[in-house]
Amino acid sequence: MIDGDEFVQSLQAMGVNFFTGVPDSILGGIIAELMNRGLYVPAVREDEAVGMAAGAYMAGKMPAVLMQNSGLGTSLNTLISLNMIYRQPCILIVSWRGYGGKDAPEHLIMGQVLPQLLDTMTIPHRTLSEKTAKEDLAWVADVYHNRRIPVALLITKGVVKGLHP
Amino acid sequence: MRPEEGTLISRAQAIGALLELLTDQPVVVCNGFPSRETQKIADRPTHFYMIGSMGNAPAIALGVALAKPDKQVVTFDGDGNVLMGMGTLATVGALKPKNFIHVVFDNEVYGTTGNQPTISNVVPLEKVAKAAGYVNVVRVLDREDLVYEFRELLKKDGPSMLLIKVNEFQEEAERIALDPPDLTKRFMKAIE
Repeated sequence: MIDGDEFVQSLQAMGVNFFTGVPDSILGGIIAELMNRGLYVPAVREDEAVGMAAGAYMAGKMPAVLMQNSGLGTSLNTLISLNMIYRQPCILIVSWRGYGGKDAPEHLIMGQVLPQLLDTMTIPHRTLSEKTAKEDLAWVADVYHNRRIPVALLITKGVVKGLHP
Repeated sequence: MRPEEGTLISRAQAIGALLELLTDQPVVVCNGFPSRETQKIADRPTHFYMIGSMGNAPAIALGVALAKPDKQVVTFDGDGNVLMGMGTLATVGALKPKNFIHVVFDNEVYGTTGNQPTISNVVPLEKVAKAAGYVNVVRVLDREDLVYEFRELLKKDGPSMLLIKVNEFQEEAERIALDPPDLTKRFMKAIE
């Protein structure tokens, strides 16, 4: 399992220097690390987080937005009519609730359609695994810098240490 | 008929008065006619005109304000927009960025889509902002008060909200001329 601290360090090494989002249990370890370092700007809705990240990007930051995949639904319009239209990149760190059909009922449909939803929105995505973590993050950075659109890194349960292991 | 209708200035007149007091501050303008009218009255590279993502103007401005704490950041917003993204009043109120000024043109309608009523005639948005933790909130009804109060807010630590009651008049104003990616680039360079 990847340590939350190690994951945050890798993002910082990539140049990410603005973190916002709405929590999920899978992302709990990462958010705790970010809060320890005083780096996390809490948002109340995911579209607000995406908007804040866009503002920070235009002011010279490299932003990442953490959210549960349900939040992708909430941010759909902002991602499309702000980020995609205006070419404003952003790293989406999205927990994949409902992965493999094993989760609470509210997560099952979004869990099932998540990759297709991102494909439909033409948002490039990749699922983090411990073995390929280095390449996964390098790919995210590459898409961010070269395509200037949102890019999603999906995180399933048990890949990054949560608050409750 | 809304009670305040007819006695108020237009949003375009309000925008004109505000822009006379602004120089090189970043201004994030919400989608619809507020952006189009701002572009017509004074197009500056420090203006970021939104064409979509309704409700997100203060979130974008907040991102700029947090990333550039030494710059005073202004957002031009509308009542329909504030109601749609009302959670952001709470985020601003909690984070308390000193360099954040939220201007709301309140005409009590969704003007860009045909003047359908909002609910700001019964929900005083500046009071919501105050309860959420904005440091200064002011509601003005005419040009003279607008100029006086905005000048004062520019001197104060925020977050601040200036709510301007305006009539429903809509200036004839073209769509945003620049392509969105060019607007992004222009704004980024202007606020560097």
